[in-house]
Amino acid sequence: MQKNKNTIFDEDNENKMYILSVIVENKPGVLFRITNLFRSRNFNIESITVGITEKPDLSRMTITTVSDVKTLEQLVKQLQKLIDIIQINVLNKENAVYRELALIKMNAKDPTTRIEIANFATIYRGNIMDISNETITVEIIGTPDKIDAFKNLVSNYGIIQVARTGVSALPRGAVNDDL
Amino acid sequence: MSEMSGAAALMAALEKEKVEYIFGLPGGANLPIYDALVDSKIRHILVRHEQSAAHMADGYARIKRKAGVCFATSGPGATNLVTGIATAYADSSPIIAVTGQVALPMIGKDAFQETDIIGVTNPCTKYAFQPRIASEIPEMVKKSFYIAESGRPGPVLIDIPKDVQQQVTKMDFPEYIKVRGYNPIVDADLSEINKACEMILKAEKPMIMAGGGVILSGAFSELQTLAELLSIPVVTTFKGKGAFPENHPLALGPIGMHGHAEANKMVQEADCILAIGARFSDRTVGRFDEFGKDINVIHFDVDPAEIGKNKSVNAAVIGDVKSSLRTLIKLIPKNFRTNEEISKLWLSRKREIVNYYEESIKDYSREITAKKALKKLREILPADGIVTTEVGQCQMWASLHFDVISPGTFFSSTGLGTMGFGFPASIGAKAARTDVPVVDIAGDGSFNMTENSLAVSVLEELPVIVFLLNNQMLGMVAQWQRTFYNRRYSGVHQKNCPDYCKLAESYGAQAHRVSSMDELDKALKVAVKSNIATVIDIPIDPDEDVYPFVAPGTGLKDMIIGA
Repeated sequence: MQKNKNTIFDEDNENKMYILSVIVENKPGVLFRITNLFRSRNFNIESITVGITEKPDLSRMTITTVSDVKTLEQLVKQLQKLIDIIQINVLNKENAVYRELALIKMNAKDPTTRIEIANFATIYRGNIMDISNETITVEIIGTPDKIDAFKNLVSNYGIIQVARTGVSALPRGAVNDDL
Repeated sequence: MSEMSGAAALMAALEKEKVEYIFGLPGGANLPIYDALVDSKIRHILVRHEQSAAHMADGYARIKRKAGVCFATSGPGATNLVTGIATAYADSSPIIAVTGQVALPMIGKDAFQETDIIGVTNPCTKYAFQPRIASEIPEMVKKSFYIAESGRPGPVLIDIPKDVQQQVTKMDFPEYIKVRGYNPIVDADLSEINKACEMILKAEKPMIMAGGGVILSGAFSELQTLAELLSIPVVTTFKGKGAFPENHPLALGPIGMHGHAEANKMVQEADCILAIGARFSDRTVGRFDEFGKDINVIHFDVDPAEIGKNKSVNAAVIGDVKSSLRTLIKLIPKNFRTNEEISKLWLSRKREIVNYYEESIKDYSREITAKKALKKLREILPADGIVTTEVGQCQMWASLHFDVISPGTFFSSTGLGTMGFGFPASIGAKAARTDVPVVDIAGDGSFNMTENSLAVSVLEELPVIVFLLNNQMLGMVAQWQRTFYNRRYSGVHQKNCPDYCKLAESYGAQAHRVSSMDELDKALKVAVKSNIATVIDIPIDPDEDVYPFVAPGTGLKDMIIGA
């Protein structure tokens, strides 16, 4: 298992969120091969993000999936068979820094509402990205839990639209990809 | 560096890989490749349908243990290959499929004969390439062979746009290549082999379950050495049939849905199972939760993803099974003696079980039955003759009643179960081994699907023998309908079948219809000697079932041994 140096598998077999940090060839068709493997092997993707790494010929994909350990192990092994995948790190909440960005547009016809939402946004270290007479749009960056919490908090005002990026993650500390 | 077209570079790269044959069919989008073929030393075999081209390349690969090559044009030509590619993928057989594609500026425009064949074949190829400039072709071909043949083998597709085939540019043919995300050569973990060795030496009733991996890595002599050294009985998966000589005193033949009764029985009594290059298919082991319960199961495999996929195991040795077995054999102490008493008990239990089933399983009373016919074939065919099968009852009868003596001389579409596979694959096998007779054990249902390959067998002088067990039925489906659907037959009667002898003769093949065992004997002797493509039409009773039988969803202990 040369590609998989930092695997952390929990002992119990309950469903948990795992973050796969995957280094892939930066080429057309790679994303399709990977997402198609999830579909054809009956695995589930919660979110997926892709972007270029510090090396121009490599991309980092961050895939979050909810699964038990056995399924996760099989998933990682099947992914490792894909020739475009260079390396996979399995991360979890404890050994990763991970962030998601969300844009949330809400009803805010009432000026007091707008102030309330703006206050909540400050507490959540969010930013107001747009205000109109009818709406207010907030940008929140954080863990998916934090974004969920903010969304719940403001749901009474009437959420009009949500755009979430999915999680991006890196292992904590001095873990190098060694590529 | 020399200047040449993409198509010429493809042919040159294939020649560098020592390709002997290309099975294919031309069309608009691969015309430049077919033009370059004129100047090539490689022999082209023109097929009558692209599906057969892929099966021929596959059959060639399974016997030669080297990638087979097939060509098709874009669109329908490429999609016709898909069944053959999926078949090779399911059975880990290395083939290189080269498809033409519409020119780059036309891609994505729903052009004439355009299919996104890379997308279509994604789940059934190890990898797929599409060169965007002609100079990429030599390296891609080299990588394709490396990927197809190494690790767990499998099909690779190269889809070449027509303008890339035509583009003339400087070409560089690399001697060495590296594929960054692909490291298939894994040295087995010595501590795991040690653990496995201890388990086997401690076992009182050990069994070996040999799978297709033994054949793929050519670990025949290692397997035999290990079995003989420790007196371990050997069962095979269906894909592993012929990994071990089936006339060997330790051989029990195939296990599984249509395995030997004695093999299925013995596996249930074992206290340690060593699975070598086997993937624990449900067809082989029945219920995953019942198979090998509470005993030590050891798994040798080249593919890490197979470990624990269907069955969790007590020791796992990842790596080429041939070299893993060599290491294992070296670890067995020179002075190690199997406990004679225990070993004798285990082997006498084996004989007891074999005898029991020999007496209790009766054949049908007709003059010719599938079982009798197959025993006759074994009698006449030389030990090193190659046998392949179609899919269905004929396949399962072959599994049960045809003993493979020379390791690696039998193969079938075991994973995907592709009807129509056996006949073209046998032609590919003949191309790989022109010096031995090759027989396709066929049923009429499967033979119907690719019988036009008779033209190839006759005209290309790659003669094979079609051993046609003809019940004018889709027999296996009929058997299931008889057993599980209360005899409500649906869609299984092959009404108005052609006269297979006339059909064969019209292609220039020789044909025999036999109505007695004597006639079968004569026809087989003629066919084996004559080296002319031959169809032997053997009418059998449509009600003849395959037994023993493990019903789907049940365990090996629920095996039914007769009607």
